[in-house]
Amino acid sequence: MIKFLLMVNKQGQTRLSKYYEQVDIEKRPSLETDVVKRCLSRKKEECSFVEYKDFKLVYRQYAALFIVVGISDTENELSIYELVHNFVEVLDKYFSRVSELDIMFNLDKVHIIIDEIIQNGHIVETNKNRILAPLLALDKMAEAH
Amino acid sequence: MSDVVEKTLSALPSLLSLDSQAGAGKLSPSSKLGNLIKGITELTSKHEEEKLIKKELASIKEQVASPNTTMRQMKEIMVRAIYCEMLGYQASFSYIHAIKLAQQGSVLEKRVGYLAVSLFLNETDEFLLLLVNTVLKDLQSTNLIEVCMALTVVSQMFPKDMIPAILPVVEEKLTHPKEIIRRKAVLALYKFYLIAPNQVQHIHSKFRKALCDKDPGVMTASLHIYLQLIKESPESYKDLTGSMVTILRQVVGGKLPLDFNYHSVPAPWLQIQLLRILAYLGKEDQGTSEVMYDVLEESLRRAEMNHNITYAILFECVKTIYTVHPKSQLLEKAAECIGNFVLSPKINLKYLGLKALTYVVQQDANLALPHQMTIIECLDHSDVIIKRETLELLFRITNAQNVTVIVEKMLEFLRLTCDDYSTIDLVGKVAELAEKYAPDHVWFIQTMNSVFSLGGDVMQPDIPNNFLRLLAEGVDNVEDKQLRIFAVDSYVSLLQGETAKLPQRFLQVISWVLGEYSYLREEDLDPGSVMRLLARLLDQRHTSTETRSWVLGAMTKLCSSPVSVALARDVCERYSGSLNTVLRQRAQELMILSQDTKLRARVLPAEGKLETLEVDSSLSFLDGYVSEALAAGAAPYKSPHQRQEDLVQEKALSLEPYGLSLPVSLSSCSITDRLTDRRSPTLLSMSSGLSGISTELSHQEGRPRLVSQCYFSSTTLKLDGVKRVWGKDGYLAQQQSAGETPTSLVELPSPLLSPQSPPSQTQKPSSGPEPDQEKRQLASSLFVGLGSHNSVCLMGRAEPAPRHFRRKPRGESSGASEGSSDSSHSSRSAAIDNLLLSNLLDSTTVASEGGAATTTAPQQISQRTLDHTTSNGSPHVEETEQRVEAGGPLSLIRGNSMVAVVPPTYTQTDPQTQQDLHPAPALDITRDLPLTSHLPAELSGLARSEFTPLCSEQDSSLALSACRVYKEDALVLLVFISNNTDSALHQMALQLTCKELEISCISGSPLKEVKGHSVSVCLHTVVMKRASVQVELAGLLSYQRPLGQPQAAQFSLSLSLKHFLRPLTVSTGDYGKMWLSFSHDLKQNLRLVTTEHQEPLTATLDALKGKLHLHVVDIIGSEGIVACRLLQGQGQGQPCLLHCRVHADSLAVWLRSPVPELPDSLLYHCQKALTET
Repeated sequence: MIKFLLMVNKQGQTRLSKYYEQVDIEKRPSLETDVVKRCLSRKKEECSFVEYKDFKLVYRQYAALFIVVGISDTENELSIYELVHNFVEVLDKYFSRVSELDIMFNLDKVHIIIDEIIQNGHIVETNKNRILAPLLALDKMAEAH
Repeated sequence: MSDVVEKTLSALPSLLSLDSQAGAGKLSPSSKLGNLIKGITELTSKHEEEKLIKKELASIKEQVASPNTTMRQMKEIMVRAIYCEMLGYQASFSYIHAIKLAQQGSVLEKRVGYLAVSLFLNETDEFLLLLVNTVLKDLQSTNLIEVCMALTVVSQMFPKDMIPAILPVVEEKLTHPKEIIRRKAVLALYKFYLIAPNQVQHIHSKFRKALCDKDPGVMTASLHIYLQLIKESPESYKDLTGSMVTILRQVVGGKLPLDFNYHSVPAPWLQIQLLRILAYLGKEDQGTSEVMYDVLEESLRRAEMNHNITYAILFECVKTIYTVHPKSQLLEKAAECIGNFVLSPKINLKYLGLKALTYVVQQDANLALPHQMTIIECLDHSDVIIKRETLELLFRITNAQNVTVIVEKMLEFLRLTCDDYSTIDLVGKVAELAEKYAPDHVWFIQTMNSVFSLGGDVMQPDIPNNFLRLLAEGVDNVEDKQLRIFAVDSYVSLLQGETAKLPQRFLQVISWVLGEYSYLREEDLDPGSVMRLLARLLDQRHTSTETRSWVLGAMTKLCSSPVSVALARDVCERYSGSLNTVLRQRAQELMILSQDTKLRARVLPAEGKLETLEVDSSLSFLDGYVSEALAAGAAPYKSPHQRQEDLVQEKALSLEPYGLSLPVSLSSCSITDRLTDRRSPTLLSMSSGLSGISTELSHQEGRPRLVSQCYFSSTTLKLDGVKRVWGKDGYLAQQQSAGETPTSLVELPSPLLSPQSPPSQTQKPSSGPEPDQEKRQLASSLFVGLGSHNSVCLMGRAEPAPRHFRRKPRGESSGASEGSSDSSHSSRSAAIDNLLLSNLLDSTTVASEGGAATTTAPQQISQRTLDHTTSNGSPHVEETEQRVEAGGPLSLIRGNSMVAVVPPTYTQTDPQTQQDLHPAPALDITRDLPLTSHLPAELSGLARSEFTPLCSEQDSSLALSACRVYKEDALVLLVFISNNTDSALHQMALQLTCKELEISCISGSPLKEVKGHSVSVCLHTVVMKRASVQVELAGLLSYQRPLGQPQAAQFSLSLSLKHFLRPLTVSTGDYGKMWLSFSHDLKQNLRLVTTEHQEPLTATLDALKGKLHLHVVDIIGSEGIVACRLLQGQGQGQPCLLHCRVHADSLAVWLRSPVPELPDSLLYHCQKALTET
């Protein structure tokens, strides 16, 4: 099961966070700092999975941006690692060459994309066209207005 | 692609300065959101962040309060609020506006409103109730995008209590022509299943339909439900194995549309999901496993591409192969596959390889052998995660011969780690291994010393607990004595050294052991010196109060010599004035017992002497006191549970009948049995709430245990609120393992194979580069004990070699019993399967030949309903065929190129549910008329349902109808068989089956024949076996025409819980008594029915009374009590009581029943009844 998904930059600033297990809002920043510290402290040649408390972190770096996913022990780490990449490919397709600023200025849309991919901590859609379909429809409606 | 992303992302810093470019293009940088983002990117400190966000929150607050804020602005405000919350600053004032935005905004704004709601609120938030109406409205919207977003939010979070309000609408969406709507509806139902499984139990057949949907997305969505269902009860879904295998084969074979591919691998995450399902299905079940061998092999073979995602699939595949019933050929291939992982230079794959290996060595430890060298390299890997995973692997292959080396490696890691979670985990593992495989006493005690020092105060409490138990238990033979002596020696020398760094837990263990067993060293250890060592602990500042009380307890046992008594007096003086009550008490005990040798000998009998102790766990000696107090007017004792209940009742209703409390008879607290109490030594020395747990312990069989400090039980009893050191749970956990651990130690002969001299044949020459001597030696000591040639077991308890192959499919026996208990059901489904088989084959071939026969399922269903309702004489065979088309080959995932997935059962139920939705059409009622005359006279006066047509023969020669008659003590089900031909029907037999119902035939002699143009009636009484919302009854009528073949007609009929409800007439007083005695309850808010001329409460209760046959006992003010019973089993059935209270605009209902399922199911019908009115 996926517990959370974070997008964090190299300075450790959270750019996006989505939790699938309830974490008090007050506790989130310290959890995020802790998680980021673990991932940032790892070297390139070390593996992309980190044990953290009673669950695991899977992280992947894109330039200055880290995507970190917290998963339970029963999850397949490598499939999550690739899910992250699929997600980035979707972002890339939508924003045509995604950047950190795209994510910041379109936080709502990135969330809408994530909502299509993951629900209740499970992967529910991985087909890029289908992930984007609802968002594209929304955009079209907005343009028509 | 990722390169591109990296390039763009690396260009970020330059972009940041020009924020009118890139993503910022659409947003004006001067907008409030733009400013906030700019502010956030420029932050340099936490302090600045706080300042910025506080300012932002103030500005948001002001804006949302303004009446001039448009929805468009509100959308931007919500995104800003999301930012604030993301950084950890609560913006709770904006929640209500998020809901408003979802309610009132146009499409995109609405989506952001929903998004904000899902990010801000959690599932239990009461705010969510405000969203229900909006969701309902959007679900019914004609705009698909709105329906879509409503379904999305519903599958993320929805108030459990309100599910019935939207369930019908969501169910309806399952047949929507658009795949995305169907898919999201399935996901919403999955969510409902997760939060309230009972609410969706009646639509399991629809899940099957979703599984067979022609769109792969909908099918994928339904797998989430199935994974969950199969995980919970694999036995019930074995029939799906074939479907799952077919789907996997189609996916692996590339039959999905190309856009489901990820890097040319077809739907990898779907494959993984299916493999997981297969693992659950095939576990310990040879028959089922055999069905999947081929597809598993194909999956292994297909995943040859060198990409991460294929390795992810392979990993899952290996896991499945090692979970299902073993097939040696497959196991070999999987093992080979693991080899590729482990040897991979890619670090992520290596990690996964180790993980896979860890999984499979539990089945067959020998699988680790080929990878010895890699494992040893990983043990010294620079990446601590790899190291950790390797230790996990080693833990699984530990045996009596390699235990010392492996434990040493683990302790080495422990000394370096500073992560609490790893420490707790590893320390527990070391302790487990030490107890299981310890080669000798010295090693055991030393290892446990390391465990206690390294584990410190974070380790699980059962570790010291188990350890002390192990020392204390066992027959008093030489072995035990030696172990204890080693422990004493080791601890004395530890205490003589530096004690400041020892964790408190360890000090507690030390004091207990010294107190208990120092006497074993009497000749060379002066008791006074031990006392002094203990006293030194008391003096140290870092020693905790808890430890001090352990120390004082130990001292009490030791104060036999004059020197000790003097020392004890000193200590007592110091602590008898302590502010801590426990310490004070211990000091008092020490004082008294050190002076009174006789008393001391009695309460602390000569150490080592075993005797059983009688403890009156029911406290019967207090009976006199209790009865005196009661006579003097004291309130009788109430259990905490009951007190709570009374409290709730006081709040809810202060009417007479509720004021009653159960008479507490004295007998309930004066059980005079004297129970033998057995307790752990740890509990004994420290416990406060002994009496509370003694009853639980007393039923535990065990050897007589040494009793050393029984006096605590009488003294500490009076202490209230003393912290108990070993929790109930901790202690109980210990009991489980206690059965084996002591014996394991006792059995061990002391000198063992030393790790330095392993049998040479374990050294397998590796094919890789020549490993250095040191590594080879390590390998031989690590992997000693693995491999068949090495199975000479000195210990008699080494790991059984390849456990996996010895494992007998346990499913066989349990499966058989399951089968027999369920035989009627399964034979029915088998019959249906057979019946459908030929038709199915026909229809599939037609479909694949025709190529255009891709009519969608919903269309067919509506067509069929039409058939069914208008012409009752539609031929039976044809109907079956239609059903097959509708329910059968739905998974034409990609055109017709795929083989259909057959849903094995449930196809029959559909027409029935359809009928329920469209109650008997006018046409049928006219046909009903003649049937009324066939109603048996004794039933004619009773309430009955309409006649429901069940099925009819091709040429209307035979028609079946049913009618329910509601008798007081049962539901009478009448099946009318109308023979419309001239010839008579012979060899008639009617069989009704349903596993949830108890059905018995009451028509005197079972009918044998029906004459031409006449009607026969079969009567059955039906009651429920257990309460459920809705059940499906299957019927089979076999008959023969003169000169004809035997024929059969099948039908199904759904019965709902409400058909089995009857009013329960009780007085208010009886109601009150019953209320208190029922244990299963449920509370929920229902909607009120409003009519013009009635009070809402009366109107609502009347509606319930009318629809569900409830009895309204009483209505007082805004509260009403209602009672009913469910026809279940023999006699009057099971009661269920409802207490209703008008609260604001809803009706707060509290249901109670002695049957666990009843309140839940009844509530469902109440909700349904009220939504319908």
